Amino acid sequence: MRNFIQFLVKNSFVFLFLFLEVIAFALLINNNNYQNSKFFNSSNYLVGNLYESVSNVTDYFNLKTTNSELAQHNAELLSVNINSFTKIYGNTILINDTSYFQKYVYTSAKVINNSTNQRENYITLDKGAINGIKPGMAVVNSNGIVGIVKNVSPNFSSVISLLHQKMSISGKLKKSEYFGSVIWDSDENNHCTATLKEIPNHVDIQNGDTIVTSGFSAIFPEGLPIGTVQYFDVPKGSNFYNIIIELTTDFKQLSHVYIVKSLQKEELDKLEALTQEDVN
Amino acid sequence: MLIDIIKHSTRFLALLLLQGLVLNNIELNDYINPFLYVLFILSLPLNASKYLVLALSFVMGIAIDTFQDTLGMHTAACVFMGFLRPYILKILEPRDGYETNFSVNIADMGMKWYATYVVIMVFAHHLFLFYVESFSFSQFFSTFGRALVSTIFTLLLISITQLFYYKPSKKRR
Repeated sequence: MRNFIQFLVKNSFVFLFLFLEVIAFALLINNNNYQNSKFFNSSNYLVGNLYESVSNVTDYFNLKTTNSELAQHNAELLSVNINSFTKIYGNTILINDTSYFQKYVYTSAKVINNSTNQRENYITLDKGAINGIKPGMAVVNSNGIVGIVKNVSPNFSSVISLLHQKMSISGKLKKSEYFGSVIWDSDENNHCTATLKEIPNHVDIQNGDTIVTSGFSAIFPEGLPIGTVQYFDVPKGSNFYNIIIELTTDFKQLSHVYIVKSLQKEELDKLEALTQEDVN
Repeated sequence: MLIDIIKHSTRFLALLLLQGLVLNNIELNDYINPFLYVLFILSLPLNASKYLVLALSFVMGIAIDTFQDTLGMHTAACVFMGFLRPYILKILEPRDGYETNFSVNIADMGMKWYATYVVIMVFAHHLFLFYVESFSFSQFFSTFGRALVSTIFTLLLISITQLFYYKPSKKRR
């Protein structure tokens, strides 16, 4: 111990130098966007790989629930398969490949990092640009919606979770088709709930009503479950409900998700931008 | 002693304002940005404690950074320079040691000594600064070139300041 102290005293000038440099670099990385992004990008690459190997191990613990979820989802898919429908149009002939065309493409991905207890939560997935993932795609799982892809690297993608301050998703009441925005605020909601706003107060609502995606933004397919009404009231002096919904997705247990690519989004965005331009 | 403190504080303020208000707005070719403020650290007394020099370098760096809105960048470079200073002084020490009443300028120390000292220190500072700014070695030679060109401009400015010292100090001492 004495030798150690002697060593510290002997080299105190070097240690003071290192100490001041550490302060300088801490200031540098925290206050300058460019250096910050450089630093965190390289560390993200390391951490991303680390998370993946950790998740490779922990996945085994969830195998049972995941399996049953997948089996259930398979069953659901089979039930909507075209083969399980009988044609009801007596003598008209339906040619599948011209009357239907594909609007959404699904890619399955594994969650390798996830947070639920921050004000701004992010999820990391093991699919990236080389799998055709682009920013702005929707992420869902078999129970409901999960988030929107924010950034992609070649092998990973970072998703803004629904549990994020700045996230806002267009949702509608399945029963009455009235739509509003689903937002999440860490002060009001926990990881199981979100808030639905902008529903006018003359609409009839019951606890347990289902809220689904409206499909207006073309990011999320229409009709995916978001949650059910848990509690609602009308704030004094307001014309709109404040509705707390219980999310159908369990964000604490996310492990397999689907990334949804909308084949029509580009066309739709282009058209809407054009209309806006004409009006202005 | 007191007069030294006043002298160096005045130099600190003058160089800070000159760098912050005038020199930072000079960007020749988007490439060359002279950093004259390092003259403050260069001109600290020869017998000043190395800990004090390190601390003053840190303060100078932070002050410049708040002007430039690059918190931490100049601080890191200045602290590095303050750390190098005692070692450079030791290497350049004449055989019979430094004269205690000499201050660090071209008139007292002589052209050759002063030039060696300033070139080493300024180049070390600029190299560190520009690599911290680019924060990677991926554009090694372009960063190196920028540091080199800016060093030349800083040295030019420092030699201009030394013109002020040259004549009167010879008479005074």
